[in-house]
Amino acid sequence: MSTDIIRSSAAEIADALARREVSSVEVTSAHLDRIAAVDGDVHAFLHVDAEGALAAARAVDDRRAAGEELHVMAGVPIAVKDVMATKGLPTTCGSKILEGWIPPYDATLVSRLRAAGMPILGKTNMDEFAMGSSTEHSAYGPTRNPWDLERIPGGSGGGSSAAVAAFEAPLAIGTDTGGSIRQPAAVTGTVGTKPTYGGVSRYGLVALASSLDQAGPCSRTVLDAALLHSVIGGHDPMDSTSIDAPAPPVVEAARRGDVKGMRIGVVKELGGEGYQPGVRARFEESVQLLVDAGAEVVEVSCPSFDFALAAYYLILPSEASSNLAKFDAMRYGLRVLPEGVDDPSAEQVMAATRDAGFGDEVKRRIILGTYALSSGYYDAYYGQAQKVRTLISRDFSAAFDKVDVLVSPTAPTTAFRLGEKLDDPMAMYLNDIATIPANLAGVPGMSLPSGVAEEDGLPTGIQILAPATEDARLYRVGAVLEKLLVDQWGGPLLATAPELTAKGA
Amino acid sequence: MSTATTEPVLSYDEALEKFDPVMGLEVHVELNTKTKMFCGCATEFGAEPNTQVCPVCLGLPGALPVVNEKAVESAIRIGLALNCEIAEWCRFARKNYFYPDMPKNFQTSQYDEPIAFNGWLDVEIPAASGDGTEVFRVEIERAHMEEDTGKSLHVGGSTGRIHGAEYSLVDYNRAGIPLIEIVTKPLRGAGERAPEVAKAYVATLRDLLRALHVSDVRMEQGSLRCDANLSLRAKAADGQAQDDVPLGTRTETKNVNSLRSVERAVRYEICRQAAILDGGDKVTQETRHWHEDTGVTTSGREKSDAEDYRYFPEPDLVPVAPARETVDELRTTLPEPPAQRRKRLQADWGYSDLEMRDVVNAGAVELIELSVEAGATPAGARKWWTGELARRANAEGKGVDEFGVTPEHVAELDRTVKDGRLNDSMARQVLDGVIAGEGSPVEVADARGLELVQDDDALEAAVDKVIEANPDVAEKVRSGKVQAAGALIGQVMKEMKGQADAGKARQIILSRLGVG
Repeated sequence: MSTDIIRSSAAEIADALARREVSSVEVTSAHLDRIAAVDGDVHAFLHVDAEGALAAARAVDDRRAAGEELHVMAGVPIAVKDVMATKGLPTTCGSKILEGWIPPYDATLVSRLRAAGMPILGKTNMDEFAMGSSTEHSAYGPTRNPWDLERIPGGSGGGSSAAVAAFEAPLAIGTDTGGSIRQPAAVTGTVGTKPTYGGVSRYGLVALASSLDQAGPCSRTVLDAALLHSVIGGHDPMDSTSIDAPAPPVVEAARRGDVKGMRIGVVKELGGEGYQPGVRARFEESVQLLVDAGAEVVEVSCPSFDFALAAYYLILPSEASSNLAKFDAMRYGLRVLPEGVDDPSAEQVMAATRDAGFGDEVKRRIILGTYALSSGYYDAYYGQAQKVRTLISRDFSAAFDKVDVLVSPTAPTTAFRLGEKLDDPMAMYLNDIATIPANLAGVPGMSLPSGVAEEDGLPTGIQILAPATEDARLYRVGAVLEKLLVDQWGGPLLATAPELTAKGA
Repeated sequence: MSTATTEPVLSYDEALEKFDPVMGLEVHVELNTKTKMFCGCATEFGAEPNTQVCPVCLGLPGALPVVNEKAVESAIRIGLALNCEIAEWCRFARKNYFYPDMPKNFQTSQYDEPIAFNGWLDVEIPAASGDGTEVFRVEIERAHMEEDTGKSLHVGGSTGRIHGAEYSLVDYNRAGIPLIEIVTKPLRGAGERAPEVAKAYVATLRDLLRALHVSDVRMEQGSLRCDANLSLRAKAADGQAQDDVPLGTRTETKNVNSLRSVERAVRYEICRQAAILDGGDKVTQETRHWHEDTGVTTSGREKSDAEDYRYFPEPDLVPVAPARETVDELRTTLPEPPAQRRKRLQADWGYSDLEMRDVVNAGAVELIELSVEAGATPAGARKWWTGELARRANAEGKGVDEFGVTPEHVAELDRTVKDGRLNDSMARQVLDGVIAGEGSPVEVADARGLELVQDDDALEAAVDKVIEANPDVAEKVRSGKVQAAGALIGQVMKEMKGQADAGKARQIILSRLGVG
């Protein structure tokens, strides 16, 4: 029974709960059991809150028993990336500098999950402060890809995607600054959406790069992503950059799933050289399926995308260098006293703490950003990068004048081996080459499984991009493609993933 | 208090003979909005430390700012009152530097896109001729919005400064209080009047801000803070325009927390810098601290060009783009311009030019207006604020409003004199009591038993006794030398232990001696 529950989609669980075929306590317990069984290998979680999750589940069951009208997702458990502030639950952002910090408040998104009655299973692993594409930069050890435990689950949100792929949670919250929802989804055979910038409140999301960060859903199906998207989306007065408009009708779009007469653009710059053969083959097959379903496919050129990575690695470190300044040992988190200094000053304690508390990748980006913002360099670096950003937005506008959505492979490769790119930051950064333009322009993007690459048997992903606030289009196209692919595969892609052996079970 | 050694100074006259001072004044005004600049926390002054804080103003991970619309309105009104242009579109920026009292280690401020810019404020100073006033136009560079920092308390050590302290405590109640920074363009051409102009500017600005009701403008509480930048340049050679002489190196003097200090600090820096330049040395560009007690400035941190705040537009906030209709609407809420207001009040109150000048110099226009509103006579209000209180203020180096005496107190005091309950000397004693914190004038008078004796029998008896004891003087008065009655009145007052109405005593004396 419990195996069935954990392999069900969130939509199926929600239906079963509504029909009272199963209780939230049963569903939550089944997932907690699964976490206990496999997370020793996968290490998707940094913190599991069994007690809190079961209490929330019990409360939902009681309310349901009392005949209360509940949210459609009430009782469906969820995992939350450790970058979201959760009242009473540790929030480390994968960093030693926040070890032991327990936020006194909930992120808006977390409040919405709680209000919907979704039990929070725990906090998922991530690259330190979301800097990375492999989750190897977590100060608490890497997460492993459920498809192959020697491989990376993507990043920064490898924990969230791996948790979903390993059936430890039906849903998870991710955050995407340059692809941290979509690239992990692609390499773990799951679904992930980066909503339009401002579509989901950032209040309580510990900022990496404020102008790029966006939280969104991680799931195993397009409909599940839509259901979660609609729980967390919508205006929040606590976030000035939140869009003051009703959330887009993503659930309806996912249920409708129709591409007849839609114009779909294949981005010329995102594909070809540097993309693994299996990734390209699955992408081309997916595009053909969309054509078969009645879409018109054209090639679109976005020439400025070639400069996206360079611009991104100026804007992101610049904002991060400022956002991460608050971690100074004065008010919360780690405090390290400098060695060999009697009576150290506040500045010396700040320096010693930041030296001990931040990992190499974080320091690398703080130094890059500090440099890029320095007077005399600002115009050449940050200023220039902002201009490129404008050009990328214009490329998107021009493209969306011609087509309804754009598509590309999500990541150039399948999951690489742990340690393979750890000493080569550029190679690591290049993994986000296809996902970064959407963050720079603020447009929404989704990754869904397109199959497995024959050369390594690992999952590949296709990315769909839509104009700002037109998130519903992602779900319309994604749902059609998902159905056609699943029919072709004879079942969900994850059913073909190797079985994880339950340790100690 | 100050451990600094005294630096050499030139006499003021000599300094001005050789050099031309150029000033730049930066005034920080804490707005009196109910909530902070970027969150909903209260802004009340003097609350228990760290009780008016939340995730936003504590800079907790994940928290985000939201702009206080009331603060933007106040900023626009200040800009308009300073004859500034109001930006159609402007942004906040982050000013990055590490300091324990700054929760995020950046200050959310405005950098190259201030909400208001290019304005002016006319200030009046007494004319050099000693007759009337002259107007000095202070050009305003910009007025921008920012948030205040927390407040550090350095415990232990002797200086109260961070160096040598045993430990430091931080109160974040002040962190995030809305501030408007008003920056003047370089003030040239004030010459020897520079210190007076500086003081008059801050006083005029304070009156204007008070009239706008946007701030408590209490310098002693830090809700109005002034930094004075000063540099000296050589006097122009014959045939050369003074403004063709390049500007000298400036210092920025902080901790100037009263009107009187503004004047004194500028004057001191002129004399100090003049001594350096006169000795052939260079002025160091630095921040200096004003010491009210010793009347000198001492070196703070060096402010080199290397200081780099790495400003960039605040990505957590959206641009502020006030609609032109909103700006026009706010324009209609502006108070009367100060100069016009002063003319109107002078006419209403019936003051001479000289009297009005004293009132302005004492910074008492608003106080008298409030006193009159509270029921004082204009003459009475002026007498107390520019007489007794201004005298004390000068003696103690304070502002007239720094004694705890309110306009209501003055109105009450004036009323008790007018009603004949107190005479002038008794009223002065009552004022002592009010300043000592003993309560309102009536409460002080009650507690100290100060009251004119209204018992006519006692007064008549005292008069009879004094006439009998001074037959010679009495005879003089009888023979028509009425002014000699003064001596008798003094005796009577003494007899009555000061608690008599001198006017009434005079009346009785004259009628007894047949000249009334």
